[in-house]
Amino acid sequence: MPDIRVTPLGAGQDVGRSCILVSIAGKNVMLDCGMHMGFNDDRRFPDFSYITRNGRLTDFLDCVIISHFHLDHCGALPYFSEMVGYDGPIYMTHPTQAICPILLEDYRKIAVDKKGEANFFTSQMIKDCMKKVVAVRLHQTVQVDDELEIKAYYAGHVLGAAMFQIKVGSESVVYTGDYNMTPDRHLGAAWIDKCRPNLLITESTYATTIRDSKRCRERDFLKKVHETVERGGKVLIPVFALGRAQELCILLETFWERMNLKAPIYFSTGLTEKANHYYKLFITWTNQKIRKTFVQRNMFEFKHIKAFDRAFADNPGPMVVFATPGMLHAGQSLQIFRKWAGNEKNMVIMPGYCVQGTVGHKILSGQRKLEMEGRQVLEVKMQVEYMSFSAHADAKGIMQLVGQAEPESVLLVHGEAKKMEFLKQKIEQEFRVNCYMPANGETVTLPTSPSIPVGISLGLLKREMAQGLLPDTRKPRLLHGTLIVKDSSFRLVSSEQALKELGLAEHQLRFTCRVQLHDSRKEQETATRVYSHLKSILKDHCVQHLPDGSVTVESILVQAAAHSEDPGTKVLLVSWTYQDEELGSYLTALLKKGLPQAPS
Amino acid sequence: MAAHLKKRVYEEFTKVVQQQQEEIATKKLRLTKPSKSAALHIDLCKATSPADALQYLLQFARKPVEAESVEGVVRILLEHYYKENDPSVRLKIASLLGLLSKTAGFSPDCIMDDAINILQNEKSHQVLAQLLDTLLAIGTKLPENQAIQMRLVDVACKHLTDTSHGVRNKCLQLLGNLGSLEKSVTKDAESLAVRDVQKIIGDYFSDQDPRVRTAAIKAMLQLHERGLKLHQTIYNQACKLLSDDYEQVRSAAVQLIWVVSQLYPESIVPIPSSNEEIRLVDDAFGKICHMVSDGSWVVRVQAAKLLGSMEQVSSHFLEQTLDKKLMSDLRRKRTAHERAKELYSSGEFSSGRKWGDDAPKEEVDTGAVNLIESGACGAFVHGLEDEMYEVRIAAVEALCMLAQSSPSFAEKCLDFLVDMFNDEIEEVRLQSIHTMRKISNNITLREDQLDTVLAVLEDSSRDIREALHELLCCTNVSTKEGIHLALVELLKNLTKYPTDRDSIWKCLKFLGSRHPTLVLPLVPELLSTHPFFDTAEPDMDDPAYIAVLVLIFNAAKTCPTMPALFSDHTFRHYAYLRDSLSHLVPALRLPGRKLVSSAVSPNITPHEDPSHQFLQQSLERVYNLQHLDPQGTQELLELTIRDLQRLGELQSELAGVADFSATYLQCQLLLIKALQEKLWNVAAPLHLKQSDLASAAAKQIMEETYKMEFMYSGVENKQVVIIHHMRLQAKALQLIVTARTTRGVDPLFGMCEKFLQEVDFFQRCFIADLPHLQDSFVDKLLDLMPRLMTSKPAEVVKILQTMLRQSTFLHLPLPEQIHKASATIIEPAGESDNPLRFTSGLVVALDVDATLEHVQDPQSTVKVQVLYPDGQAQIIHPKPADFRNPGPGRHRLLTQVYLSHTAWTEPCQVEVRLLLAYNSNSRIPKSPWIEGGEMSSQVETSIEGTIPFSKSVKVYIMPKPARR
Repeated sequence: MPDIRVTPLGAGQDVGRSCILVSIAGKNVMLDCGMHMGFNDDRRFPDFSYITRNGRLTDFLDCVIISHFHLDHCGALPYFSEMVGYDGPIYMTHPTQAICPILLEDYRKIAVDKKGEANFFTSQMIKDCMKKVVAVRLHQTVQVDDELEIKAYYAGHVLGAAMFQIKVGSESVVYTGDYNMTPDRHLGAAWIDKCRPNLLITESTYATTIRDSKRCRERDFLKKVHETVERGGKVLIPVFALGRAQELCILLETFWERMNLKAPIYFSTGLTEKANHYYKLFITWTNQKIRKTFVQRNMFEFKHIKAFDRAFADNPGPMVVFATPGMLHAGQSLQIFRKWAGNEKNMVIMPGYCVQGTVGHKILSGQRKLEMEGRQVLEVKMQVEYMSFSAHADAKGIMQLVGQAEPESVLLVHGEAKKMEFLKQKIEQEFRVNCYMPANGETVTLPTSPSIPVGISLGLLKREMAQGLLPDTRKPRLLHGTLIVKDSSFRLVSSEQALKELGLAEHQLRFTCRVQLHDSRKEQETATRVYSHLKSILKDHCVQHLPDGSVTVESILVQAAAHSEDPGTKVLLVSWTYQDEELGSYLTALLKKGLPQAPS
Repeated sequence: MAAHLKKRVYEEFTKVVQQQQEEIATKKLRLTKPSKSAALHIDLCKATSPADALQYLLQFARKPVEAESVEGVVRILLEHYYKENDPSVRLKIASLLGLLSKTAGFSPDCIMDDAINILQNEKSHQVLAQLLDTLLAIGTKLPENQAIQMRLVDVACKHLTDTSHGVRNKCLQLLGNLGSLEKSVTKDAESLAVRDVQKIIGDYFSDQDPRVRTAAIKAMLQLHERGLKLHQTIYNQACKLLSDDYEQVRSAAVQLIWVVSQLYPESIVPIPSSNEEIRLVDDAFGKICHMVSDGSWVVRVQAAKLLGSMEQVSSHFLEQTLDKKLMSDLRRKRTAHERAKELYSSGEFSSGRKWGDDAPKEEVDTGAVNLIESGACGAFVHGLEDEMYEVRIAAVEALCMLAQSSPSFAEKCLDFLVDMFNDEIEEVRLQSIHTMRKISNNITLREDQLDTVLAVLEDSSRDIREALHELLCCTNVSTKEGIHLALVELLKNLTKYPTDRDSIWKCLKFLGSRHPTLVLPLVPELLSTHPFFDTAEPDMDDPAYIAVLVLIFNAAKTCPTMPALFSDHTFRHYAYLRDSLSHLVPALRLPGRKLVSSAVSPNITPHEDPSHQFLQQSLERVYNLQHLDPQGTQELLELTIRDLQRLGELQSELAGVADFSATYLQCQLLLIKALQEKLWNVAAPLHLKQSDLASAAAKQIMEETYKMEFMYSGVENKQVVIIHHMRLQAKALQLIVTARTTRGVDPLFGMCEKFLQEVDFFQRCFIADLPHLQDSFVDKLLDLMPRLMTSKPAEVVKILQTMLRQSTFLHLPLPEQIHKASATIIEPAGESDNPLRFTSGLVVALDVDATLEHVQDPQSTVKVQVLYPDGQAQIIHPKPADFRNPGPGRHRLLTQVYLSHTAWTEPCQVEVRLLLAYNSNSRIPKSPWIEGGEMSSQVETSIEGTIPFSKSVKVYIMPKPARR
């Protein structure tokens, strides 16, 4: 029995370190290769030794697919390909390919230069690793080898995020990566066609949440910023460099444009500029509005947003600053925060979740006095706001995607076990499909019944069509033909053609059967009785009484002869060819029941 | 006549013109034109290869065929068809047959037999499909003939089993267009004729080809459109199609479900997997709501649009569409909207958001949460958040329609509409503002909602701001803080965009008059009065101060206690504003001031209105004077004209009437003045110069009459007669003056004849109104008509002269509603000192933004004129899309005018103004005899011209010589 096996090495009942092994029809594919943000030891990367203890990874994996550039989906890639050793193809979309190395390099810098880790991958390794990448376009079907093909769908999570369909023959798996079903200011919504995969592997970050309309949040955000700026205050928005930052930039930029505002907006420099460059380039990956208007003006060519300089923080007057990192734990955002925290006119807006222990988390939980290094106490007078902008699908969105793809079964990853449980139950209840949620290292085996395509010759098909009405999907039809299995291809041809092709002579196969009847009359009379009996029953068939005393039903011959020993018994000889097996056996059965009593 | 008709046939080759059918049939025999068909025959015989034949056919198809020769052509085509082996040629012939059978005046029943005949022997699927299309054309041409329809339906049914989707498509189309459900029509025993077309079509809902499925649904819809009642049974079939793989099938299925839900709204359908039953329209509503989150945006648009027209749906289903049932970590969560409402009702408005403010509350029962099949749940929330703006617009429109029919829903959807004011696409924002305006009588804005609405006032798009002002005009505000907020924001808007002045004032006018009681407590603060101290008198020219006053005065109109709060200067300012901005400041009953209105009861009807009375009286005074001495008449007229013009300025609602009458009196005054001239007393023909006044007067009267006729909306036939009469008088005057000033009689002959023709024309046009014109110029003229016809020009002139002097002044009946067309150019403002520089020979685009009031059909009448300093004038026709229609009777022109000129040495000003084009053809009542008489229609009816109706604006431009 063929099956699909799925083993999450990461992201199984967990968020972070996404890495899922799928083996489908003998092909092994690795989906994503991420790192875990919560760990700094070996656990931060997936355990690749699970795949093979002492062989080369390349021999075991047919390809690696990266869904998007977030580090929890691609962070372990250089380690995997260069340090563990993998030389096969790595597939990702063009924007991911462009932005991924920037983030990896940044990650490496922090790990090696700041934390001083040894035995970490080097810049050269990142470059080497990226050389193995094959870029794919949306909806492009890429043949990895003769049988394995992959296809990318738009996922809308970040620029270049994609869902992948992995297909071998008629078996297929869809991996969603992270996706967003509600469009935002710079990206569209995820979309997939009704591809009916055997298995849909979906993220489930917000498995138990149904989110409010995005518009309220946007409106709130804009109002807050606008009011503060009008008061002459300064707004600090700590962000991570990529993803949400761009959305907020677009949001503020268009708002500034619409409202004719003059206050400056700054963006702390660094990797953002490089990334923004790519946002400008990959216009086709953005949403409808940006795609439609980029001829007049590329929305990412910000008019109001300028690069930030350290000195600007002390400038008088209102301003808005986007600064990294997003949790206010270090770097520029913290510096600016310290400068501005004392003024109640100012405001800090936290657009995302903050890990416990960071300054961001402290101020969000209402702490007004912060102890900084050197026993300094910082009094926070500025307003603190929280706005959640997240680009994951909520429970409704996940269900919507499942409904769109119509999979045979669903597998949940990238979420917390408890929440998955709820969604799993819902999916099973509402779509009546199996739903799995394996933990890391746990293998799910999914039996499949692959359909085997058989080519049918046109002549045969036409002959069949001529015989009956149009094919009806609701009723099965019987068809005579010869199945030729040759070089792993299946063909159904008419028997004449098969004989010709194989160079065989035709053999007639006849079945004969004797049926004994108790009938004391003469053979001819018996034959006549048989004839009239059959005639009355088989109205649809051509029943003939031949002059030599035999009866034919279509091509089936029925002869009556006297029993050599018992004259009271007549022997009916029924003979039919192999093709008429159905009718022949029916006829025999019929005759065995005996003839009706003649009205004598 | 015959030639005329033939021309028509040529022109309308492809159109169906029913009325001419019989006439042509009678002429069939006379007009034998062998050319066309014969030529075709020869061509086709000449053709050696299929490609050749195809070429000939293509050429042939380019030219129209007259109805008489259609049959001949058809015969030749058919003959060739039988011989032809190439399917592409046969296809072309089949398509030509269809085209020809649509020819007006040709009855295609004669070729039907042949068409059906060739259909039976045809093997090629494409040709078959084309032939069926031809049959469809024939069938639609003969809607009366039941037998033919039956036969065609029969043919269609026979070919439904064809293997090609194209043929099946066409068959279904044929069935949809021709099939009937009434079995009673066919009483014959022919069982084949009695077919249940609906069932046959319904069977193809499950065809294997999506195109055929779509065609089947379309055919079903076509049946519905033709007025046949669909069975309720197809509802279930259609519901199954909603989950089809193909978007066009789903899209059509949504339509079908909508149709059925409108046909059987009250039927009961069971809910699958439960024992409950609900109304069909509710079920359908839920299903269509579900399609709002379909994968294909085409379907989403379709679904969102249709939702708007399902008004019979129960209210709790409707309200579900706005509720997404939020939860977080399996706990019920309130939406931001609910929180805002709660905050507001708890009285602590504008608290900053706290961390965990949106913390989820109670636990949700996991079993009860339904993530998918929740029917209507959150459909609009999804629709309004959609990726494609087409879907969002459709959703906003649907919201609007549903809210108009259900006040409670209107209240609920408010939050969502307000949110849409922040959409990224301007069109969507505008649409949602308009929607809000349309439902505004059903709603009262909460303060926090108002806050969001007002935030949009800072939008840089003028369209948006104006739409918002329009919205505020008809909004209900609940608290005095709300009014204050609105005023503050509007003033902010005013300082930011001073050009919005008029719109803001108007908005405040309505805001004040709608909420007098809310404005009352704000008055001291707004006027910054102090109980003990006198405060500084505000600057009267400050637009912001005027805005405040407009608000207060309009509120004071229905709030008699308010004037007590005014300080002295406020009263003075009132008097000034009442005078200068009378359309914004109403008449008030102020203590210690005598006003005309104080004598009248407050609820005055327009006709008892003193100003209206005044108008009537002054007009009557004028009309009553008959035999005053000329000097006195002139003076009275001048006085009255002045009064009327002033009245028009003061009373905006009477402006149209006052101006209209003033113009008429002006004409009369000019006429009297011209006739008073001394030159008439001099016998000998005089030098040209001396008659300047008279001829100028004649010319001006002509112009004024055109203005009266075309610049006012609401002018009725009664007035048109008087206007034309006045014009006739002016023409007579012109004739007399010419006769006086030219030597020789020859040119007079022509003029006289023309004049008489016009009189004749006048008589024919207004024959019904002639009795009203007793004792007038034309009345007398017509009496003398026979004599005039025969007399010499000099004689005619003499008669005319005496008649003009004797004729009385006609009473101009006032129309009910009359408005003068006016236009104001907002942009360019004409104040810039910086010339617009451009390279000579190239063009520069000048943005023109103007508001038009009371212009009917501005798309065709309004033009932009550019006058260059060298006297060169250029008239630009704006595109129809450049006109917006922000409110009844108002239009907005936003267009670009391209300027170009050769190089100048220094910058100079060009003038830009708007013109109102008129065409006298349009106004004259169409009477049957005018069409018959071709002679006069050329003389008078085609007078075209333009009236400038806006102030001209000067634009400084500088074409620079091109650099080499």
